[in-house]
Amino acid sequence: MEHMGIEPGRIQFSWISSAEATKFVDVVNKVTDAIKELGPNRSFVKPETKVA
Amino acid sequence: MSEYTESIREIAKRLLETCSVEMIIGFRKGTVPMMNEPHVIRNARDTGDLVWDSNCGINLANYLTDRKENIGILAKGCDSRNIVTHILENKIKREQLVIIGVPCKGMIDKRKITRMFNGEILEVLEDNGQILIRGNGFDTRLDKADVLQENCALCTHRNPVIYDELAAELVGEQEDIDRYEDVRKLEAMTTEEKWAYFDDLLKECIRCYACKNACPLCYCPTCFVDESKPQWVGKSQDAIDIRTFHFLRAFHCAGRCTDCGACQRACPVGINMRVFTKKLEKDCLDLFDWEAGMSLESRPPLDVYRPDDPDKFIK
Repeated sequence: MEHMGIEPGRIQFSWISSAEATKFVDVVNKVTDAIKELGPNRSFVKPETKVA
Repeated sequence: MSEYTESIREIAKRLLETCSVEMIIGFRKGTVPMMNEPHVIRNARDTGDLVWDSNCGINLANYLTDRKENIGILAKGCDSRNIVTHILENKIKREQLVIIGVPCKGMIDKRKITRMFNGEILEVLEDNGQILIRGNGFDTRLDKADVLQENCALCTHRNPVIYDELAAELVGEQEDIDRYEDVRKLEAMTTEEKWAYFDDLLKECIRCYACKNACPLCYCPTCFVDESKPQWVGKSQDAIDIRTFHFLRAFHCAGRCTDCGACQRACPVGINMRVFTKKLEKDCLDLFDWEAGMSLESRPPLDVYRPDDPDKFIK
């Protein structure tokens, strides 16, 4: 995705077991912070179909 | 390479006469210059239809998917690698195939040649590494090396990797080729530049799907682009839909693409969609030391787990 022109960091991967609640919360917080810093995704968005 | 034609015909005739195969998949002359078409013959008396020259760029492995017959098939280096991929993916059995290896010296780029001349090209012949081009008001010789398809100029596997028969002596492989210069150039771009580059690359796309139809890897009974429940990707001409299509198609080819160039060759508007697949090809080589279709013994990186698989991207 980054090769195609999506900002690095917008896509993140993690491996979390169903027993790792704290890790889940931690990752979600980190990802949301990182994405908020990047701001809204402006490039890879398809405009809503305009219905007359 | 046109001198291969005779030995190909001989081999095909022998295979059909001895009933070793039920059909031969090869090429016949197209109706316009530089457009040979895939051709299937089932009778030894038709072997005269088969030809071989520098316009046989279509990947014949595409015609093997799920066939039940015993088949003789002509295979250049890239075709043979795609045949290996087909066998690995259980799309055909090795026992069904008699592979007629055709050591390849590269295919010519019909677009490049057409662009060089004003007016219709009426005849294109080959002679000892030179290409003779005749048309209205011109009669020229070109060096074949100057008009090769880009993927052929960068090819490092010209000889078939598996074969039962050979149409000619094996050719020398090209060495010291920098296959990924274009990918590195792209990698060095900024995010905005990359986005703009692909926007520009795909702006002509009419979504005819010729690329996926020509591709031997695209054999799914229903392609994701045609599915409607769920609909993975919009069917419109919207730039985002076009980009999603090309991008996902390339990912489906990851670790399988042999850079045969069939997609680019088939494209009616001349989009070089190989820039997508080549990036994945380079990644496979860098991360997994993998080149697709080189051996029947090793499994592709996407269907094996190795403890040392790179996993830096997982947080």
